[in-house]
Amino acid sequence: MGELRLMKGNEAVAEAAIRAGCDGYFGYPITPQSEVLEYLMAEKPYETTGMVVLQAESELGAVNMLYGGAGTGKMVMTSSSSPGISLMQEGISYMAGAELPSLLVNIVRGGPGLGTIQPSQADYFQAVKGGGHGDYHMIVLAPASVQEMADFVKIGFDAAFRYRTPVMILSDGAIGQMMEKVVLPDPIPRRTEEEIIAQCPWAATGRLPGREHIIITSLCLDPAGQEKLNLRLQAKYREIEENEVRFEAIRCEDAEYLFIAFGLSARICQKATDIARANGVRVGLFRPVTLFPFPKKQLYELGQRVKGMLVVEMNAGQMIEDVRLSVGCHLPIEHYGRFGGIIPTPDEVVRILEQKIINR
Amino acid sequence: MEDTFAHPELRTPENLVYKRTELLVDRPLSYCPGCGHGVVHRMLMEVVEEIGGRSKTIGISPVGCSVLAYDFLNVDMLGAAHGRAPALATAIKRLWPNRFVFTYQGDGDLAAIGTAETIHVCNRGENFTIIFINNGIYGMTGGQMAPTTLPGMRSSTSPYGRNTQIMGHPLKITELIARLPGTYYVTRQSVHTPAAVRKTKKALKKAFECQNLGKGISFVEVVSNCNSGWKMSPVQANKWMEENMFPFYPPGDIKVDGELVPVKETEKSEVVK
Repeated sequence: MGELRLMKGNEAVAEAAIRAGCDGYFGYPITPQSEVLEYLMAEKPYETTGMVVLQAESELGAVNMLYGGAGTGKMVMTSSSSPGISLMQEGISYMAGAELPSLLVNIVRGGPGLGTIQPSQADYFQAVKGGGHGDYHMIVLAPASVQEMADFVKIGFDAAFRYRTPVMILSDGAIGQMMEKVVLPDPIPRRTEEEIIAQCPWAATGRLPGREHIIITSLCLDPAGQEKLNLRLQAKYREIEENEVRFEAIRCEDAEYLFIAFGLSARICQKATDIARANGVRVGLFRPVTLFPFPKKQLYELGQRVKGMLVVEMNAGQMIEDVRLSVGCHLPIEHYGRFGGIIPTPDEVVRILEQKIINR
Repeated sequence: MEDTFAHPELRTPENLVYKRTELLVDRPLSYCPGCGHGVVHRMLMEVVEEIGGRSKTIGISPVGCSVLAYDFLNVDMLGAAHGRAPALATAIKRLWPNRFVFTYQGDGDLAAIGTAETIHVCNRGENFTIIFINNGIYGMTGGQMAPTTLPGMRSSTSPYGRNTQIMGHPLKITELIARLPGTYYVTRQSVHTPAAVRKTKKALKKAFECQNLGKGISFVEVVSNCNSGWKMSPVQANKWMEENMFPFYPPGDIKVDGELVPVKETEKSEVVK
């Protein structure tokens, strides 16, 4: 079984990438995620597994390196933080349009603009609702621990290749920077060129005798063709919604009230749940692990049983829109948010739950 | 397709002296009559065939007139976002070092929106080939001013001629990247005469051969006309190109085997200007 280590979240992502058989990492320094590139440069996987690691000239360069590598069937990834991820939106849209698998890690910091280097969850809309131009989605995974930072790399790559789509790990500056013990997975060897050619017949790997040349593009000037592509993408997103929902329900069975939170906020709300339970209030925590696909059905069902929900996010109220769309309007669903790198405390969210929901 | 040739009986194996390479897709090109793209496409694919690169070449087309180059070049291709082809090529060549990798880009793509990518791949010394078609104008979007538009040259966004005081100067990006340590072979050619076409093909071949040396970027600029954008006939456009583009963008090798070629005294003033 895997190896136990004490690591930062960012380092866990980097180590997990090497162990997942990743072929290439392309990134650009930005706080609070630079440890991913630093770790890889220090580990030198190009001398061991053959994984390419390159510091790009910009996030634009990095995301387009990803597009190039992904278009040839290679397992490629990048990481950045909010302003850098904004710069990458063009490339993400192109990869969605050209149906290319890739993994992007966003160690979110507070915005808008240059904002702050402190943790935030304000990029939910950008990650879940598109971000770039056109009708597309990424699969979005929201880790709540260093362990999940490591685990979601392999899960992310698998989903990216299964659906030929970009996948994002939407984390934040706290989970990226904090150290926890993590059980690292056993290394998987990188695929050989022959395996890539066999497994990715859609990839531009060099035109083999007997087959047509491969064209990787998101361009289709014919409206009927472009509509067909969009319908195919939408069918893929419905399939993803059907099969890839992940969530965690903690003490929800007998709960009268629920915290709904993802990532770091869910860690805080887990503690808040314990505090509220100790005070005699039956509180549970529902944590969406995939933000797209969103666990709509599970939330709808919980909405039939509980008296109220408090959505806790480190933003001005983004995921709450999806919670309300999933649950409906028949019970109080309120939001509590902090911004700019301020992390709410468990006592604080218990107090808000009492004010806004229980004693409203 | 209907055979309109007047003497089909002359189509015999012994009379065959030149034919379309199988690496060009047999379909009408999307380019204007008289445009240089078709000739460069053909030379490029002939070179890929001759070096045995058929099944191990990956190309990247730009945004611009040659956005659909992948429809004509019968090798595996990726269509990049505007200006980003060198970033794609960087990853592809590093991930598939045994493949020939090339980008095919116009002046707006390479020298305006993609300047950062161009400079950095040339400075890092990536081992792929850049084919740069410079016609001094944005062709596809309808003849707007490009980074390479000559001083005084008219375009739809410099309708009274490029005023360098207001619109800035044309960028000699080829001379610029030749001075970077990561470029190994840099040349400027044209395709307006049979002799020039032959020289361009030779340059392309040398550029592809350089990829195996692992010594950096091979860069082939082709000064070409845009008769539609320049509002001229193809013949007029080629004449105008010789008289106006060549003094500013003189054809010839700029860097060979990693060494800058000394600039001729007669051309110096124009190059430095």
